[in-house]
Amino acid sequence: MVPEFTIVPVPGLVIAVVVLVLIVIAIAVNKVWPLMFLHVVGGAGWTIVDLFVGLLVGPIIGRLPLQSRIDFVTRFMPKMVVLMPILVATTLAAGWQLASNLGFTFTGTPQHPWLVASFIVVGVMSVLALGLLEPANIAVLIELKKPRPNGMVIERLMKRFVYCAGVLGIMQVATFVIMTKLGSM
Amino acid sequence: MVSLGLIVAGGIYLSSHIPKHVSLTAPVILLVLSALLMATNMVSLARVKEFDWPRFFSVARWSLLAYLIIAALIEYAFLQNHVRGGTLVILTLSLVVFAVHVPTLIGFTVARYVNSDQMDAGPAHP
Repeated sequence: MVPEFTIVPVPGLVIAVVVLVLIVIAIAVNKVWPLMFLHVVGGAGWTIVDLFVGLLVGPIIGRLPLQSRIDFVTRFMPKMVVLMPILVATTLAAGWQLASNLGFTFTGTPQHPWLVASFIVVGVMSVLALGLLEPANIAVLIELKKPRPNGMVIERLMKRFVYCAGVLGIMQVATFVIMTKLGSM
Repeated sequence: MVSLGLIVAGGIYLSSHIPKHVSLTAPVILLVLSALLMATNMVSLARVKEFDWPRFFSVARWSLLAYLIIAALIEYAFLQNHVRGGTLVILTLSLVVFAVHVPTLIGFTVARYVNSDQMDAGPAHP
């Protein structure tokens, strides 16, 4: 049995719009503190969710019976549909502006190679998240909205989601290394 | 996925050289390859028999709206940092490809399973 759920929770969209407005203001003002705040809060949220879902919750979901998995997914994934894109957009936009403000984008600075390394890690994570994880997330929810959801399709898409989240969780360790190095320079 | 990877690689290359002058040859090649690959994917998709286009568009259009907003935010950050000229054109076109590509992937993933209740998958979930 599939519980009632909405694919995109409207209250979440309202929060997302508020956060987007805050990013636009922070970029326009171009002061270090608001940019640092949004970059650190967004990045911490993104990293924690990836690590927690990829390395802790993911393997647990994989071992649950199908019905338990469906119960969890219908409550958890709609939140992820709104949360992850806004966390990623906040972190990247504020981070880029912050790097420009602090002069890290200039090729001569000692921070620049680490900044490029962070671009590469984030680039690989974006391709995985946008190309595999996000479509699987939405496809699972739409499958569960059907009168007769197909257990095999849910199983296949969830497997993709769990493996992908695990890889992203491991890649976030690289982000830790890069960001702590940048912060201590 | 490869097309998305190419566009991201081009974006990383350009971003890592801004604000210095940067040769646009590599990003242009990556952009063209990515756009061609995406166009090929769309043509292949259009040839699939009984593909559920209404479901594809119903999902893809909302995803397109979301990713256009994200792309606009990134573009705004570049404009605020005085990115101009050829670099801005390539970055803008890359963002357009990105904003179209992700919704296509989401719409395709949903639409390919639209008739899953008719698939040979054993008993459907109650």
